[in-house]
Amino acid sequence: MNILSLLILIPTITMIGIIISPSHKIVRLVALGGMIAQLITALVLMFSYFAIRKAGITDIMVFYQDIEWFKTLNIHYIVGVDGISVAMIMLTSVIIFAGILASWEVVYLQKEFFIFLILLATGVFGFFISLDLFTMFLFYEIAVIPMYFLIGIWGTGPKEYSAMKLTLMLMGGSALMMVGLLGLYFNSSVDGHFTFNMMEIAKVNIPGNIQMYFFPFLFVGFGILGALYPFHTWSPDGHASAPTAVSMLHAGVLMKLGGYGAFRVAMYLMPAAANSLSWIFIILATISVVYGAFAVIWQKDLKFINAYASVSHVGLITFALMVMNKTSLDGAIIQMISHGLTTALFFALIGMIYGRTHTRMIDEMGGLIKVIPFLGVAFIIAGLSTLGLPGLSGFVAEMIIFIGAFQHVDIFHRVLTILVASSIVISAVYVLRMIGKLLFGPVRNEHHLELKDAKWFEKLSAGTLIVCLVGIGVAPLWLSNLISDSLSPILSKLMQFSSLYTHIF
Amino acid sequence: MNLQNFLLMRHELLLILLVIVIIFAEIFSKEETKHRIINFSIVLFFIQTVVGFLPVTQGELFGGMFQNDIFRSTFKNILNIGVLIVLLQSSAWLRKEENKEKISEYIILLLSTLIGMFFMVSSGDFLMMYIGLELASLPLAALAAYETKKAKSAEAGIKLLLISSLSTGILLYGISMIYGTTGSIYFADVAANFGNSSLQILGFIFFVAGMGFKISLVPFHLWTADVYEGAPIGITAYLSVISKGAAIFIFTIILYKVFGAISHTWNPLIYALAVATMTIGNLFAIRQNNMKRFLAFSSIAQAGFILVGILGLGDMGSTSVVYYILVYIFTNLAAFGVVSAIYNESGKENMDDYNGLYKTNPKLSLVMTLALFSLAGIPPVAGFFGKFFLFTSAASQGLYILVLIGVLNATLSLYYYLKVAKAIFIDPSDNPIPYFKSDFNARVGLLLCVIGIIVVGFAASIYEAIYSFSSLI
Repeated sequence: MNILSLLILIPTITMIGIIISPSHKIVRLVALGGMIAQLITALVLMFSYFAIRKAGITDIMVFYQDIEWFKTLNIHYIVGVDGISVAMIMLTSVIIFAGILASWEVVYLQKEFFIFLILLATGVFGFFISLDLFTMFLFYEIAVIPMYFLIGIWGTGPKEYSAMKLTLMLMGGSALMMVGLLGLYFNSSVDGHFTFNMMEIAKVNIPGNIQMYFFPFLFVGFGILGALYPFHTWSPDGHASAPTAVSMLHAGVLMKLGGYGAFRVAMYLMPAAANSLSWIFIILATISVVYGAFAVIWQKDLKFINAYASVSHVGLITFALMVMNKTSLDGAIIQMISHGLTTALFFALIGMIYGRTHTRMIDEMGGLIKVIPFLGVAFIIAGLSTLGLPGLSGFVAEMIIFIGAFQHVDIFHRVLTILVASSIVISAVYVLRMIGKLLFGPVRNEHHLELKDAKWFEKLSAGTLIVCLVGIGVAPLWLSNLISDSLSPILSKLMQFSSLYTHIF
Repeated sequence: MNLQNFLLMRHELLLILLVIVIIFAEIFSKEETKHRIINFSIVLFFIQTVVGFLPVTQGELFGGMFQNDIFRSTFKNILNIGVLIVLLQSSAWLRKEENKEKISEYIILLLSTLIGMFFMVSSGDFLMMYIGLELASLPLAALAAYETKKAKSAEAGIKLLLISSLSTGILLYGISMIYGTTGSIYFADVAANFGNSSLQILGFIFFVAGMGFKISLVPFHLWTADVYEGAPIGITAYLSVISKGAAIFIFTIILYKVFGAISHTWNPLIYALAVATMTIGNLFAIRQNNMKRFLAFSSIAQAGFILVGILGLGDMGSTSVVYYILVYIFTNLAAFGVVSAIYNESGKENMDDYNGLYKTNPKLSLVMTLALFSLAGIPPVAGFFGKFFLFTSAASQGLYILVLIGVLNATLSLYYYLKVAKAIFIDPSDNPIPYFKSDFNARVGLLLCVIGIIVVGFAASIYEAIYSFSSLI
């Protein structure tokens, strides 16, 4: 059995286990057990990936497996990973593990909650291992649709509105993607056979005008998931209404599907169009970053703060992707991982604080660090990582991105880079203000004095994420080792067409 | 006729035999054992379905009027499975006190329309197709008016009858023009002699309009919602799935085989019909509260999606159409099965009556959700694969704009399908439908649907089989 198919099989078995579990306590144990197994599988995958690379195997994709599915349409079930997907799989398994712990005390329709949550994770894992565009698309939609129920049933606030908006916008994105995928399929014939196999399509040089036609469909389709301006509006509503674990998974992993897909599918397979259209998407990404950051300042609700901050930071990923040099792409991938962990930690902590204070308005809270020191400190760490303090992962990612972006010497890129970099200052404003109001100063609500600090599962959940954050921040080298080899085939394809790269000024 | 010929008409002859047997059963059964006819005929029909799967030979009868081959007989088998599910789902309703008198009528009429559809599917000329179509339409009008004590049911019957006659008139007018200009009604001869004269094109357009009424394409759809709402649920399910499926099948065959040479002429026509049907169907479905009307408009939109697949032409087009009809039969019948189970139990058929259904009837809710997802084209259920192949087939002809309109419409349709899911899972209710256990037959019917919805998508061999059959004709 291929270890990658195991990543699909374990969650599936876990879901079946949850269905047949008799009681509440067993349900969550089964879910946790399944996800621990998943985490271990992912670790094994990562170490065997390192071993394979050390052994000198230079295939683009390893653990490659190809099973024919629909013969006449040449649709296959193809799995395989490179360093980037391994990193994303690690990220996902860490966050789903932390997410299960963070929703340890879900009571209402508990079985269904864990099934939907794990179904979502299954879709994400499937997406990251797929090399066939059909299978990838299938897993993408599997990942999106449980969100409707997770937000609609277990959410808070205007949950039905948010759930519907989110689902329809993401499905609209997948509608655009579908057109793009079919465009790739029918324009990539290898001796008369159409194919959905990404590795095969990458070998074909799709004519430039066709790339120009279909690249926007794919990039915007994935971009919607990556909260690309002006398609970001689902994100604040969705995150604010979603229950804790769902916000974690969604901001942490699902939004990365957008960046990853835009990179792996749109840019890799249509490099010419990526180069000549990059200026449009760079401008949009810059707007995302700056607008998101400014929007945070006005927010009073903790979840909205983090949701808009996510728009800003995920915009940074798109920005880095579109800058298209080795350094910035490196930074984009590290930012995916870093932001995934940071925002998951943030949402987890917000959920835990909300579970105690029953409010998310920062005006109604204060001085919490004396009452709940563990959560308070963890919150500060998450905040500092968001604003890019050296030693934590956020710094590494943002630094690399800005260095990469500054390598373009034209005014256009320089100006945009400075604009984007200014978001760091703004993020310092909102992060420090939030931390100050929430954790320090006098306790505003007397009831808050009786709050209890984190329980074991909350500590484990937040602790896991913090360890990863610090790990990347202190020793980013192993992560960049993991991904940088895998960047080169994509980068070399992009560089072939770099003469098309647009410098407006 | 020798034995070989009989075997060629196996599906039709067996059905006729079945109808006769049921008539005898009706005559010789006592008053208090009449309800046994239901299970008796379901068992007989099941046997008929199984026999249908035995291998067939290719051939034609009556000088080419009747044609059978593996593709057509596969399609008849698909219809058989659908009708079997419809019969299973209707049985609880038939057992009700007010319907006790007319059990065998219902079954006989239903099977008669099926015979008509089989002849239509197997037709080799326009006359046979016309006879089959009529045989399929007239009993349906009687069935729609089956609930004699309800004014709406009578209204549905009259509407269906009038619309059927009108559309048949238009269809015949078109056929007569085609006959007048080509000198033949045989598909092969018409195809050979079809030129580009304006009279021929006019005849063709009349033909499309006539079929448009049967398939309820926009702008010929206005009868659909009223008839679907008024007719008994079993008949509504039958109309929206079996009857529509058969009409689309023969429509596709005729477009490809007879009018294939002028595909550049009908391409824009079907294109426009597809866009209008998808969009209008979806927009109207959004506003519905009655579940039967809701499913009526959703089935209009689904027909639009199928038209997108027809534009794919060739083997890919016909395969994706037949595959989608197969998926659609399981999917829509699952939805109708749930609606009918709830209606039989509580008499409720509005969307807001479904509020809080998951708390009381989780299994039924899950079946409904599965069906809705399949209709909306959400993986991993069959509807996703069906829609994907329809769009792929259209994209193979370079119709990317149409595909874009189609997928955006699919997103739009997700909105109203999710509205039902929202009612079932999210909306609270003071007065939810209490827990109930539907009868054995209905549960078997739903189980068949669920298996179909899950298996048909993943089982690539089904798609491959349909593909290989469609390339034979």
